[in-house]
Amino acid sequence: MTTAAPLLDVAGLTIQFPTGTPVIDFGFAVAEGETVAVVGESGSGKSLTALAIMRLLPRSAKIAAGRIRFAGRDLLALPEPEMRRVRGREIAMIFQEPMTSLNPVLTVGRQIAEVLRLHEGLSAEAARTRSIELLDLVRVADPHRRVDDYPHRLSGGMRQRVMIAMAVACRPHLLIADEPTTALDVTIQAQVLDLLDRLRRDLGMALVLITHDLGIVGQWADRVVVMYAGRRAEEAEAGILLDDPLHPYTRGLLAASPRLDTSLHYTAGPLREIPGSIASAIAQPGCPFVPRCPLALPSCRLKPPPLEEVRPGRFVACPVTTAGERADAVAVGR
Amino acid sequence: MAIVELAPEAPVVAPAVGTWRALRAFLRNPAAVIATLFLLLVTLIAIAAPLIYPEDPLSMVARPFLWPGQNPKFPLGSDSLGRDVAAGLVWGARISLVIGIAAMALGVTIGIVVGATAGYFGGRIDDALVRLIEIFQTTPSFLMLVVLVAIAEPRVESITVAIALVTWPTIARLVRAEFRSLREKDFVTAARGLGYGHARIIFIEILPNALPPIIVTSSVIVASAILMESALSFMGLGDPNRISWGSMIGAGREMLRTAWYLTLIPGIAIVLTVLALNLIGDALNDALNPRLSAER
Amino acid sequence: MSMFESRRLLRVLRRTVVQAVPTVLGIVVLNFLLLQLAPGDAADVMAGESGAATEEGMAMLRRQFGIDLPLLQQLMAYLGNLARLSLGFSPRYGMPVGELISQRLPSTLMLMGLALVIALAVGIALGTAMAMTAGRWPDRVISVISLIFYSVPGFWIGLMLIVLFSVKLGWLPSGGQETIGGGLAGFDMVADRLKHMILPATSLALFYVAIYSRLTRAAVLEVASQDYVRTASAKGLSPLSVTVRHILRNALLPVTTLAGIHLGGILGGAVVVETVYSWPGLGRLAFESVMRRDFNVLLGVLLLSSLLVILANTLIDLLQAWLDPRIEVR
Repeated sequence: MTTAAPLLDVAGLTIQFPTGTPVIDFGFAVAEGETVAVVGESGSGKSLTALAIMRLLPRSAKIAAGRIRFAGRDLLALPEPEMRRVRGREIAMIFQEPMTSLNPVLTVGRQIAEVLRLHEGLSAEAARTRSIELLDLVRVADPHRRVDDYPHRLSGGMRQRVMIAMAVACRPHLLIADEPTTALDVTIQAQVLDLLDRLRRDLGMALVLITHDLGIVGQWADRVVVMYAGRRAEEAEAGILLDDPLHPYTRGLLAASPRLDTSLHYTAGPLREIPGSIASAIAQPGCPFVPRCPLALPSCRLKPPPLEEVRPGRFVACPVTTAGERADAVAVGR
Repeated sequence: MAIVELAPEAPVVAPAVGTWRALRAFLRNPAAVIATLFLLLVTLIAIAAPLIYPEDPLSMVARPFLWPGQNPKFPLGSDSLGRDVAAGLVWGARISLVIGIAAMALGVTIGIVVGATAGYFGGRIDDALVRLIEIFQTTPSFLMLVVLVAIAEPRVESITVAIALVTWPTIARLVRAEFRSLREKDFVTAARGLGYGHARIIFIEILPNALPPIIVTSSVIVASAILMESALSFMGLGDPNRISWGSMIGAGREMLRTAWYLTLIPGIAIVLTVLALNLIGDALNDALNPRLSAER
Repeated sequence: MSMFESRRLLRVLRRTVVQAVPTVLGIVVLNFLLLQLAPGDAADVMAGESGAATEEGMAMLRRQFGIDLPLLQQLMAYLGNLARLSLGFSPRYGMPVGELISQRLPSTLMLMGLALVIALAVGIALGTAMAMTAGRWPDRVISVISLIFYSVPGFWIGLMLIVLFSVKLGWLPSGGQETIGGGLAGFDMVADRLKHMILPATSLALFYVAIYSRLTRAAVLEVASQDYVRTASAKGLSPLSVTVRHILRNALLPVTTLAGIHLGGILGGAVVVETVYSWPGLGRLAFESVMRRDFNVLLGVLLLSSLLVILANTLIDLLQAWLDPRIEVR
């Protein structure tokens, strides 16, 4: 949709482990300032994709194919020292577990200051001042005192705010948030997401929001990429995807997630589970969703369906539903 | 002295299946197999010592200061008094193994009794026994050992008891920790519910499940007992009527500048034997704690 | 350090001291009773050495040493002395035990200190190197080396080092604490002392190098899998910075605990190594006093070494409380 080259462009990404291939031919793009949600259940490969962009995959993992371009550079070809200048400065990342993602033996101030001193060459004094400002920016109360606290004295929500302060310290162009609210209380979740959204606008960042919860994407994401068993199942603008999901997996996810949108809350009917689990996708020659799919055709078992752009900016990897979509398209005379 | 890194929660396995799996894992480790074979060889030599060298190893049989290889009759040479170094080595293996194994057995027994009592009953008994363990562990063990042996007159028996006395706290702490975690498990509660006595629960129900770490530590304790015995003998606190590797080094020390082989050869015997025991300890640890070895 | 920090450390200190008092008392009583089991006393040994001693002469010696009194009375007298911070008198050396020990203590402390520094520095470095190359060949090679260190008797490696560095190469002295009659001063004296210390400290340290390296390896591997290490990498820190600033600082917590536990072992090892290198320290004093049945000296050395171990553990507790802000006093 965007005319300019995207800020981040992941294409054909395949990640291999000795025991399997959890990410296969996956791709998505993020424009400057945009929020893209990558949605999938645990084990779908979304966190591995995030780590691959940061080039922080575990040693046993290998990027077997694909390309990751960021701001005109090929990240996979970058020498490690240059990649280190990208991490934390141009692309920052926050993780799911705020309880364990902060070093327990260093004060939060030192952990924020560390990234400032590294990338901006600030003095200890200046870094501390900025750390306090950053704590204030992420709405930590009493930042002058908190800056000297150790992580174990903070609540989970506070720790996630500290993580966010650390991530935005160098005003990165892209922030990857891997399940940033999963470990938090429901009441805190919306606060943290609002904070991320506000920072995105104020600092002009793009945001990749990795989540298993379709319920949160409508309010905070511009575009949604649905990931299943390491592949892209569907991609669309958030509103369109929520109103008219095409892939049977997306439909299942939507039926299984409570909507934050209250008007729909009572009309959407009972929550339904998707039968089976993602583990059944392993060693499937055909579409990985076949064992759980209510619409599967015999041909679905033979080879994975290709991803098709059914409308501009709208991709689906399901021949059954896209056939219907095309018929619709013909019917309205396009 | 003996330090083994153990998983705080050793896996509770059904003994029969676990033993076979562990044994297979152990046998797949080439270093462990070689070490075991070497130890078997040393044991055989020790047992057969009277057949290989019927004569008293302390008797003078050759010209003094024969270097190794100088006289084929005495392949490892002779010492300042014309004693055969090879004969000393063979007879010394007896002392090292006997004291190492006996001291381990005694120390482990004391350690299990004290540790099991403390861990199983808890409360006041536990407090008192932990204090006792602390007292022993606060005194440097080798210093304590020297004092014990000197007091009791150095003989094989007293040295064995003394080594056991400085060793048991290690096992006791380990067993106590195991029992403290195991006594809360369901199968123990069930045994209590059936009205079994304390002794039965301790020895039949809990102890078998606490065995893996005890076995691992035991092999390391044999190794450290051999080291302690050799150090005692080196300092002249060994049994004066028996030849041991440590006493050979102690005697050779006087001629260190000229006849250093007298120190080198028995030392290598100690190092190889102790190394074999430690390799076996490592392999046992890997075999009995698969969770840990997977991380390696 | 903030007010809060220092108050926390003070509480740790107080708790340790309170717990140590009964242990020390137990040690004194236990040691005292143990030594009473020994056949023979100082009078016997002196009489044996002089060759000619009458019953009356022996009785007089015993009265003089205070070892003719009933056991309980002797124990009370000893504890009474302790309460006045006196370790009693050594009949054999003809001087107060406290004075005797304080003459020997510094050389042993220096030896142990250097051995501990070597053991920790080399052990932590090797352990970190092993963990960073886990499963690959540097890890395997260092593992084997460390297992060999773990299996070598300290006295024997001491003798072998003498053969190599003193006898064959002539680089380092084979024993003693300083060049006798060297008349050295200033920097030369320090260098001379250091030269005399290298071999004994190395012999003493090797076993603990093995222990600390294995422990560090395990601890670093454990910490390296923690989430906050990934956070540190995501900040763009270099592997070295991540290891030093984020991994090691956490991994050292278990290593320092063990360093304290092993201090007693190092002191015990000093007894043997001091014998090998004719090092005039506490270990040799203990050994000599055992042989001479000079129980006042022996009791003093035993008590002092226990106190050293307790002191070291207290320091370790404080160090841990300082390193790990999560330690709160219960």
